Amino acid sequence: MTQAPILKARGLVKRYGRVTALDNADFDLYPGEILAVIGDNGAGKSSLIKALSGAVQVDEGSIELEGKPITFSSPLGARNAGIETVYQTLALSPALSIVDNMFVGREIRKPGFMGKYLKMLDKKAMEEFAREKLSELGLMTIQNINQAVETLSGGQRQGVSVARAAAFGSKVIILDEPTAALGVKESRKVLELIQDVRSRGIPIVLISHNMPHVFEVADRIHVHRLGRRLCVVNPDDYTMSDAVAFMTGAKEPPAEAMSAA
Amino acid sequence: MSDTPKGSRKTGQDFESTLSSSDTKVAAFERKHRGVMDTIQHVLHLNPTLVPVMVLVASVLIFSLPMVTEGKFLTMFNLSLVMQQVSIIGILAAAQSLIILTAGIDLSVGALMIFSAVVMGLTGVNLGMPSFVALILGFVVAIGGGLVNGLFVTRVKLPPFIVTLGTWYIFLSILRLLTGSQSIRSQDLDAEAPFLKIFGSFISLGSARITFGVILMILVFAVLWYMLNKTAWGRHVYAIGDDKEAAELAGIKTDRMLLTVYMMAGLVVGIAAWASIGRVGSISPNAFAEANLQSITAVVIGGISLFGGRGSILGPLFGALIVGVFESGLRLAGLDVQWQVFAIGWLIILAVAIDQWIRKVSA
Ligand SMILES: Nc1ncnc2c1ncn2[C@@H]1O[C@H](COP(=O)(O)OP(=O)(O)OP(=O)(O)O)[C@@H](O)[C@H]1O
Ligand SMILES: [Mg+2]
Repeated sequence: MTQAPILKARGLVKRYGRVTALDNADFDLYPGEILAVIGDNGAGKSSLIKALSGAVQVDEGSIELEGKPITFSSPLGARNAGIETVYQTLALSPALSIVDNMFVGREIRKPGFMGKYLKMLDKKAMEEFAREKLSELGLMTIQNINQAVETLSGGQRQGVSVARAAAFGSKVIILDEPTAALGVKESRKVLELIQDVRSRGIPIVLISHNMPHVFEVADRIHVHRLGRRLCVVNPDDYTMSDAVAFMTGAKEPPAEAMSAA
Repeated sequence: MSDTPKGSRKTGQDFESTLSSSDTKVAAFERKHRGVMDTIQHVLHLNPTLVPVMVLVASVLIFSLPMVTEGKFLTMFNLSLVMQQVSIIGILAAAQSLIILTAGIDLSVGALMIFSAVVMGLTGVNLGMPSFVALILGFVVAIGGGLVNGLFVTRVKLPPFIVTLGTWYIFLSILRLLTGSQSIRSQDLDAEAPFLKIFGSFISLGSARITFGVILMILVFAVLWYMLNKTAWGRHVYAIGDDKEAAELAGIKTDRMLLTVYMMAGLVVGIAAWASIGRVGSISPNAFAEANLQSITAVVIGGISLFGGRGSILGPLFGALIVGVFESGLRLAGLDVQWQVFAIGWLIILAVAIDQWIRKVSA
């Protein structure tokens, strides 16, 4: 890999009391790639991406975006820098509508006096945009865009969260288990969307426990184990059972995969 | 499922091959036999204010019956009197609603209102400052009080209940120390700072007396309704009350937002303080002793969820009116006003039960 990473982290440490969630973790995401992150439950995958997206502040370590050191004090900081994240918990407000949720923090205001001085929201413009993004995802089973999110099924909620990230991410999109609750058809749509986003040149971090999905779309696979990056492998060179063996500690990864890390 | 062989990558899984021919129509479900209770639950989920509106309409109708109040209730004069009686608690309830929508509670609104009114009176009357200066100082106290609450909630991360219980005592003690527990008399206000009593003035429409205070209350609710429903700020208030952590992850600076909400509530408390001087005529450090609970009562009866994030700001207006209508109606019907207290108690329990039920609504 000759290019410089777009998002790079070194020596991240995050402790929660006596639990160490990140133990000297490194991370590299290269421009235009799909990087899968795999690891056992509790390996620290979510903690890693939360550190990258400003949702948690690390105790030690450094993060660079496009070569410049960054410290995000909140998710808003990362979002303003163009990093969009679908959290495992989805980060949706249940009582708010689908539209409100998609536009939280970046609402569109009416043009002219009403918008400028009275800060009136342009609900129509937001509805149109939201509907378009949801149909791109094939989430047509949503009947009413003004429906409260709590009246959606788990998969539909995940779809809303993914659509939000895909619609607004400009530099990096991070997806923490985006297909965990999705049906076969909807998972396929998300995978297509991921590839679509990559073809727009935006790199993606995909956390998933679904090995077939990982091996299908990933350019590289970051194996996370016990709070740190164990190795990075190319899905063309290893089988799924190799990856699972590395991840669970059943097998030592080869030296070149560890050094590539 | 077998492993992908080295070097070759499939696109999709075999069992997905039929997806290309799948149905692309928007799902359309026939809404046939949804049960009556289900329908009610869904309607209330969309319109939590419906219950207080129905209670209000029903109580007005009942008290208007000739055999109940002999026509004394349904007069322009009496209805406008009810509006006057609820105006101060109504405005306070609007401030309370903002805090409760963020899943907090403010036990200090009543004390802060008196504190602010006392500062307006002391500076305007005792110190002889111009009325507008007195008002500004009163509003500084009100907004500052809100800010203090907000800072303890967001910076020290204390529960709003505890913070405002503490500031309730603190505000009360300061205002009593300032006044020596003496009232500021109506004559002195008239002589030194009559402008502070402006909201007691009224327009007569037939036998109805519409005070400026009542108009102010309606304006406060109208403006807050606009802010909560038509601006991003308002949507963020709901988002924070709904799930603060999700709101933070979605990119809202929740602590900064909360500070603005507490200051906004303080501003509304300042408005209530000014209006209260006109309503009462004098400024007593011991007035409105039950205002905190009454404002919470109006909010709860008005269908705003005590757990935050749900309900309309117009609900508390109806909630305050319900209390006023019960009080007036029972008195005119010659019944003991304790029956009003009795009824309000049941309404609170009913309102919270309905809120819990609405929350269980699902797809
Ligand atoms: N807020 C927290 N407080 C305390 N401990 C935490 C917190 N968040 C994570 N941890 C701990 O950090 C470790 C890593 O958790 P993390 O959520 O990053 O794992 P994960 O790899 O995403 O797991 P999964 O596959 O189950 O999502 C776990 O042991 C977890 O208990
Ligand atoms: Mg996780």
